[in-house]
Amino acid sequence: MKRNPLLRSIGITAATVVLAAGTLTGCGTASNSAGGSAPSTLRVTLANHVWTDQIKAAIPEFEKANNVKVELTQLGEDQLSDQYNVKLNAGTDEIDVMMYRPLQEGKLFAKNGYLADLSDKVKNDASWNWSDFQAGPVSSTTYEDKVVGVPTITEREVLYYRKDLLAKAGLEVPKTMDELKDAATKIKDANPGMAGFVARTGKSTAVTQFSSFLYSFGGDFIDKSGKSAVSSDAAKKAYSFYGGLIKDQGPANVSTDMSWPEVMAIFTQGNAAFYTEADSLYKNATDPAKSKVSDTVGFAPLPAGPAGSKPYNVPSWALGINAASKNQDNAWKFIQWATSKDMTLKIQQAGVPGPRNSVWDDPAGISTYPKDLASAIAVSAKNGVGHDRPLVISVAKAREIVGDPIVTAITGGNTSNAADSANTAFQKFLESDK
Amino acid sequence: MTVLTTTPRSAWRAYSDWANTHRKWLFAAPAMIFVGVLIAFPLAWTLYLSLTDAHGSVRAASHFVGFGNYLEVLKDTKRFWPATGRTFAFTLSALAVEMVLGMCIALLLWRPFRGEKWVRVAILLPLVATPVAVGMMWRLIFDPNIGFANQLLNFIGLPSQPWLSSPQTALPTLVFVDIWQWTPMVVLILLAGLTALSDEPDEAARIDGANAWQRFRFVTLPLLMPTVIVAVLLRSIDALKTFDILYATKGKGGGSFNEVETLNVYAYGLSFDYNSYGLASAVLILFFLIIVACMFVLTRRRKGNR
Repeated sequence: MKRNPLLRSIGITAATVVLAAGTLTGCGTASNSAGGSAPSTLRVTLANHVWTDQIKAAIPEFEKANNVKVELTQLGEDQLSDQYNVKLNAGTDEIDVMMYRPLQEGKLFAKNGYLADLSDKVKNDASWNWSDFQAGPVSSTTYEDKVVGVPTITEREVLYYRKDLLAKAGLEVPKTMDELKDAATKIKDANPGMAGFVARTGKSTAVTQFSSFLYSFGGDFIDKSGKSAVSSDAAKKAYSFYGGLIKDQGPANVSTDMSWPEVMAIFTQGNAAFYTEADSLYKNATDPAKSKVSDTVGFAPLPAGPAGSKPYNVPSWALGINAASKNQDNAWKFIQWATSKDMTLKIQQAGVPGPRNSVWDDPAGISTYPKDLASAIAVSAKNGVGHDRPLVISVAKAREIVGDPIVTAITGGNTSNAADSANTAFQKFLESDK
Repeated sequence: MTVLTTTPRSAWRAYSDWANTHRKWLFAAPAMIFVGVLIAFPLAWTLYLSLTDAHGSVRAASHFVGFGNYLEVLKDTKRFWPATGRTFAFTLSALAVEMVLGMCIALLLWRPFRGEKWVRVAILLPLVATPVAVGMMWRLIFDPNIGFANQLLNFIGLPSQPWLSSPQTALPTLVFVDIWQWTPMVVLILLAGLTALSDEPDEAARIDGANAWQRFRFVTLPLLMPTVIVAVLLRSIDALKTFDILYATKGKGGGSFNEVETLNVYAYGLSFDYNSYGLASAVLILFFLIIVACMFVLTRRRKGNR
């Protein structure tokens, strides 16, 4: 039987149209469903952190109380940054609540308009009490007089040390940088295979932990007139001290790529005597499941340099709302819940230092901390400097520039020359960082 | 059907005839258009970005700067040219070893032997592993203090080596990892080519008194040349684009001295760390042109050989 050509061509055309439409709707549904057709879904993106573990465990309570379904994405620091870069650049509304690093990305995100203005929201609830948050952290989540984030985690640099090794060598806890160097040398010489001192070595990752050494030697990344200061005498001394300590008293064959997980591993494996690091990571050293030195680790304030003991005291993480989010009210409810006084106390007791004054003033707030750590934190909070990296827009680039002399010092190069060329490069960078 | 009058009916007929003869195009068209757009759009967008000073956010206002980014990149002797050098050093050294080693293994596996199946599976194992996992694994093995490689060296009485942690040895170590992972693919391709060869030329050469090397050099290799070029082509494009093992072992910027920073890692740093989308796009377009040029040269050779 001969088939009608007209019917056949209609058939072909129809099939084509269906196919084409299929492709289009395929794309369409993906973007539509993201728009919040189900108003009760809240998309929360958080970084891997002890803080996040605590929040995650409590999320069912929040869901029940607010009739909201929380969709949680949890990523490592670098992957989180990349994710924000891709999604926020495209103007996505698939992220509602975002955990971000105010000192690293805060200025960039705020300048790009990624972060919603929370100025009115923070003032509306007296019982939640915005004024309870420490002034330093608050200033770093404020951009051009607008509140764009709520601080969640604060940290200060402290000295982690091994009580047993110090006792064996008959040494006191070092109070100055010179004492630290002496003690590290003595312990390294007396214990073959043991490092006297260890700290971050990566060009970019070391910058934050180096910053406290820089301040304690009397320097800073940028001077008061806004010019680069990384080749000042104080800075040069700090670079050679920090790098030299790792080169001479550090582990053999030291890698120049280490961030905190690698360094923490060396310390918690029992292979180093002293380690300077953020206090918010102390659980990694005191938890017997993660650390071989959990019962011999001690904490002390950062040893004093020529300008005193000046560790950084900064908010490392904050919560913000994606400006393109269509679910901002629920997002704000989530932030309010996650940063409430009760939650902050609970999380701080679990080992994550928070940003609320009232929690620090409450004896319960530090009841779970090792005593020496609590007093080290108190000292650091008092002398602390409010930044641990250059406060600029393109922080990642700035860190690489000012971190260059650190690795030069670690590998035994000419630190003074490296600081001079870093200074030239950093000055040029500052002029173009708009 | 009464709605259709005679005039449109003939138009319909013309269309129907056309549709009938071009059925395959008509059916394939949506998919082809989709794939075409999927390839063309990112390329066109990158090209556009590379001509602007896009920075910070791609949605922020940017200005057209012509070839300014390209000039800046080409004048950059601190990062771009060393990265280009490393890209080629990495690719060429890995490729050379992989081809020679791959050829040796393929020749060994060519003739049937006992336990052949198991040996083949074992040799192919590195190929199935995820590159990031491979990077993590080798990073642990090569750890200067607790890694297995140094423990082994110490065990046989040799001093510890810095491996990935020293700027001088990091790139060669990564070339080794690449060889470990990708030689099996070369083996696979060459083995397929060898199996397809007929035995007769080899037999004839044997009768003429050629030794094993002569038979390989003057009979097997020339016959295998098209397959060899395919292997070189696939492997070199892949090696040029290597990113995962470099990033997994040395992190952003290819280490503190940029010691393993290739063009890919550099472009990634420019866009994700520095948010300099214009510059990053320029680097990527230049990189794309380099790959296209390599491909062009290799395919020309392949055609010339046929």
